[in-house]
Amino acid sequence: MSSTATIALAGNPNSGKTTLFNAITGARQRVGNYPGITVERKEGTLNLDDIKVNVVDLPGCYSLSAYSQEELVARQVLVDERPDIVVDIVDATKLERHLYLAVQFFELGIPVVLALNMMDEANKQGVRIDADRLSSLLKCPVVETVARSGQGKQALMKKALAHAKDRGGVWEPLEISYGPDLDPALDTMAGLIEDAKFMTSRYPARWIALKYMEADEEILASGRKLGGPCEKLEEIVQQTKDHCLKTLNTVPEAIIADYRYGLINAILRQNVLTNETTTRERIDTSAKLDTILTNRLLGPAIMLGVLYGMFQITFTVGEIPMGWLEALFGWLGETATALLPEGLVQSLVVSGIIDGVGGVMGFVPLIAVMFLMISFLEDSGYMARVAYMLDRALRIFGLHGCSAMPFIVSGGIMGGCAVPGVMATRTLRSPKEKLATLITAPFMPCGAKLPVFLLLIAAFFSQNEARIMFTITLFAWAMALLVSKLLRSTLIKGEPTPFVMELPPYRIPTLQGILIHTWERVWQYIRKAGTVILAVSILLWAAMTFPGLPEEVSTTFAKEREVVMATVLDEEQRKVLLDEIGNTEAQAALRHSVAGRIGSFFEPVSEWAGFDWRTNIALVGGFAAKEVIVSTFGTAYSLGEVDPEEAAPLSNQIAKDPAWNKATALALIVFVLLYAPCFVTVVAMAKESSWRWAIFSTCFNTLLGFSLAVLVYQVGSRLLI
Amino acid sequence: MENSLRMLGVNERAKITSICAQGEMSRRLRDMGLIPGTEVKVIGRAPLKDPVALRLRDFTLTLRNNEADCIMVEKMEGNDE
Repeated sequence: MSSTATIALAGNPNSGKTTLFNAITGARQRVGNYPGITVERKEGTLNLDDIKVNVVDLPGCYSLSAYSQEELVARQVLVDERPDIVVDIVDATKLERHLYLAVQFFELGIPVVLALNMMDEANKQGVRIDADRLSSLLKCPVVETVARSGQGKQALMKKALAHAKDRGGVWEPLEISYGPDLDPALDTMAGLIEDAKFMTSRYPARWIALKYMEADEEILASGRKLGGPCEKLEEIVQQTKDHCLKTLNTVPEAIIADYRYGLINAILRQNVLTNETTTRERIDTSAKLDTILTNRLLGPAIMLGVLYGMFQITFTVGEIPMGWLEALFGWLGETATALLPEGLVQSLVVSGIIDGVGGVMGFVPLIAVMFLMISFLEDSGYMARVAYMLDRALRIFGLHGCSAMPFIVSGGIMGGCAVPGVMATRTLRSPKEKLATLITAPFMPCGAKLPVFLLLIAAFFSQNEARIMFTITLFAWAMALLVSKLLRSTLIKGEPTPFVMELPPYRIPTLQGILIHTWERVWQYIRKAGTVILAVSILLWAAMTFPGLPEEVSTTFAKEREVVMATVLDEEQRKVLLDEIGNTEAQAALRHSVAGRIGSFFEPVSEWAGFDWRTNIALVGGFAAKEVIVSTFGTAYSLGEVDPEEAAPLSNQIAKDPAWNKATALALIVFVLLYAPCFVTVVAMAKESSWRWAIFSTCFNTLLGFSLAVLVYQVGSRLLI
Repeated sequence: MENSLRMLGVNERAKITSICAQGEMSRRLRDMGLIPGTEVKVIGRAPLKDPVALRLRDFTLTLRNNEADCIMVEKMEGNDE
């Protein structure tokens, strides 16, 4: 073996695989995505006895069938990258279930070392495992570990490297007998495959035969592309299937699973596994907790409490560093203003780059705290219970129990953020439900939309503030659920994905695990959103700056200023007058700019919903970040800079404007709630699904928002006025 | 007495006799260890009575009622062990 080695970590979800990976590699990790899909690829390195070891953390899977993307990816890495050894992590308290995956590795033939993880819990539960006996029966090294404390990780790595060296990269597939009904067919098929060298460069012949028998879609598809003996193989499978159905009333796949579990049980029964306690005594803490936490009445109440608490913490704790970041970017802006000469460059750096990027970076603390909480809920096992409790209700709308979290994070309880919300759809394993969740989550009233609502409510509905805010939230949920129902019965039609899901035991998450998890997501946000938003901010700045006012118009304003300077002597009065001229000029310039022209261009259409050209600019700006809406209104209403947090004077201005009434305000609230997600969200959506769907949701949501806004305005202006 | 898994009450135990699911669904169930002969115990139901939580092979699994319909079981009398 050379001085480098590759170890692949494999195992069931919740086997402690990621914890062990963190313990082995520490901070030396790289996270990426497998090309074309959203399954994360994690790699880390460590040095052991002068060998540079590359550790690949395979996605957690229950089997090597092609049920999920995770399983497909795990299989592809093993076959295409041929790691020197697979370390299969099994939960010692669930040995029987977890060995099902191990058996499939043995059948593939790749060198395997078994890590018996969670030995501490197994001992506590009175489960005794004879590791030596297990090792000799499985013919592979077995190491006892406790991933949480890192116990056994050195021994595990050493044994893995030693075993890899012994095997020298040779694959030795284990041939399991699948009984008189399947074995002859499997042998014939393996012979055919061997003779034709049919995919044998990638997989062992008997394994291919087995996958044909299991009706593995991926293998069948690649087989059909190659031609060769594939027709003959499918014919044999069909004959065997008919035979099994006739004589045994079952299908080959079921027989295969039976024999695998039979083999595992046969091994465990040879004094490998002994229980010192009865099942009744072993009723563990998790089961006791579940009688309370998923109780019919208490369960939902506690869930609401947990979610509400999570929000409180996120926004109270997150606000503090958010303030620091705002101050930092404010200071940067001031410094740049002082250092750079007045003009286009200063405007670009301050208004375009610093304000734009600062606006996005301002979210980082919120996202970090939010993810810290979500990681905690995920790693502790509570998230699976949330999905379990809400599944029935969400299924009505073509969604899945796991859709709840993205909605809540996006602002389902008021003031979230769709970016982490969209990223949280990653926990959804089923592509169709994920897509529906992804497209509808941005309807939630995120923290950046709140200032717009507050502004309009203050201007027109100041009597019923809380009630209107509550209605907005309910409306957002109704829209998200109804639209997802619509999508799931049209564009993303399909049967609901099975909910067959493990409820992992409750565990206190490790600090390291949570921190690494959080950091990964935050860093992805900073990197991806940060680079894109920079480009967009510059673009928007340019749209609102160019073309500048024609010279004669600027000269007029300059002349007016000169007049004021010469005639008005009182300093305060002079300042007021100068500000007024500056604002009128800014407004004229805005109307003249590309953005202003776009705003005016859309006016004939947007009038249906009661929006004038200034609202249009604000809404176009809102596509970059929803916060921009209020500040753009500020500019457009010639108030100069408006702090989105203090929208009070602006609301007076709007309330007085004859172009505005209650119907316009309601229409705008509806539109802002529903229209295109902000650009950062769109990028996140593209990353989680595809650009096609991200663009679809941008257009679809805008269209939907506009139609409803028109409806609200037309109906409202007849009823309310 | 053979029945579908949906009919089991909380804390009742049963042995799986057959699974009539097809394709993806049947593969998923098998991968999770639901095969004929397996003993399962219903340990709870979600607040809206669906999904159902099962205990088998030392771990906890949830599935929806319509998925439970595909699993035929034989009720087992008596308490644990």
